Amino acid sequence: MLGQILYALPFLAQGFAVTLWVSLLVVVLSLIAGVLLGVGLVYGPMPLRWAVRIFSDTIRGIPILVLMFFVYYGLPAIGLHLPSFWAAVSALTLFKTAQVIEYLRGAVGSIPKGQSEAAMAIGLTFRQRLTYVIFPQAFRRFLPPWINGVTDAVKGSALVSLLGITDLMQAINQVIGRTYEAMPLYILGALIYFAVNYALSLASRRLERRFAFIRE
Amino acid sequence: MSDASNAHPALLDVRDVSKAFGAVEVLRSVSLQVKRGEVVTVIGPSGSGKTTLLRCVNFLESYDSGSIRIDGREVGYREAGTRQRRSERDLAAMRAETGMVFQSYNLFPHLTAAGNIMLGLTKVRGKSQAEARTVAEHWLGRVGLAHKADSLPAELSGGQQQRVGIARAVAMEPKILLLDEITSALDPELVGEVLAVVRSLAEDGMTMLMVTHEMAFARDASSRIVFMADGGVSAVGPPKEILAAETTNERLRTFLARFRASHF
Repeated sequence: MLGQILYALPFLAQGFAVTLWVSLLVVVLSLIAGVLLGVGLVYGPMPLRWAVRIFSDTIRGIPILVLMFFVYYGLPAIGLHLPSFWAAVSALTLFKTAQVIEYLRGAVGSIPKGQSEAAMAIGLTFRQRLTYVIFPQAFRRFLPPWINGVTDAVKGSALVSLLGITDLMQAINQVIGRTYEAMPLYILGALIYFAVNYALSLASRRLERRFAFIRE
Repeated sequence: MSDASNAHPALLDVRDVSKAFGAVEVLRSVSLQVKRGEVVTVIGPSGSGKTTLLRCVNFLESYDSGSIRIDGREVGYREAGTRQRRSERDLAAMRAETGMVFQSYNLFPHLTAAGNIMLGLTKVRGKSQAEARTVAEHWLGRVGLAHKADSLPAELSGGQQQRVGIARAVAMEPKILLLDEITSALDPELVGEVLAVVRSLAEDGMTMLMVTHEMAFARDASSRIVFMADGGVSAVGPPKEILAAETTNERLRTFLARFRASHF
């Protein structure tokens, strides 16, 4: 059994690298898009707020798998042919973006209005108010759900295997296809996913403690 | 406008400002002038529009009609009587010319006392960290908190927080300081230390417009008192006139009588 695992490891490592790459892309892209749209939702003019609200509610109401198949198999109907890798990344990013929007709205919404007003009163511009007053305070509330979301993204990335992308999950399945030894390989896979996510939550806890000085 | 007022134009010139929240008129054609170095206090029952007026002066609140000028410049809207808001950058620059101290202090909880004061100095006034630190320490000294420069707001008492709030506002060297019921959230024994700071600023010639319920302080520190009722200016005059028990203004007399009944 150990021999099979050792035999499979280099192959799994490649899949693991794809899993990390997909997760990283999704997390970074959704963070950028989600924060921008989230700011639009909280501070933007009415039409923008409505657009973001509709986007977020719609996306969050659809299973990720449906979203992924829609992007890969559905969009070619309107002439948009994405390679399977980018179709998967786009779908996961869309989904994650909708979540980040909500985390941001919650975190920024928890900052009392007086903070913005005090920042306005000393003459800070909108961007300065966000950068120096609102975001530093909202960060502590944004972090825990967001890290949760990151671990979800790592786990959710296993879905890309369904578009035939050889990530960790697909690599495991392929090894099992050759060796017919499902149990040890699934355990190994579970351990790898767990190790990544546990490291993330540890890092998150440490970060949260660093920002604990900010009063509620 | 008379020739006399042209020769000595008011630093703050509020003219016919009206504002409604939906069907409720909170400001009805309010006019008010504050000259350089004057301390003008606005009193009146709650809901009379005092705080809204103050917030209009630095455009935390927009208004529907009328004009507010500081040093001859229209505050929130572009010139020529349009209702077009100034750009974000323009508004920020205008607001930097007025200091505001809030009832609930509104210190930035993630920054130290000095950090609260330095933020505007570095980001708005473009001072270096070292210069800003010097200014912050100077003002913290003025409000008696030199030893608290590196304390976070959560580590300060209400009175101390409010004094930092004042220092944060005046460190920007505003043309006018707006004080919005700055002692209302304080325990009674902490009110004195905050008012002492305000008084010393007044003695230095700082122009101030304040809303307060501290009648004794208003009487002693103000050049003029404005009495507001139902969104309008009901009476203006020197403290002695306004706070005289025998005033002929019916509303003012009722307000003062109620006030005396509840505060003595």
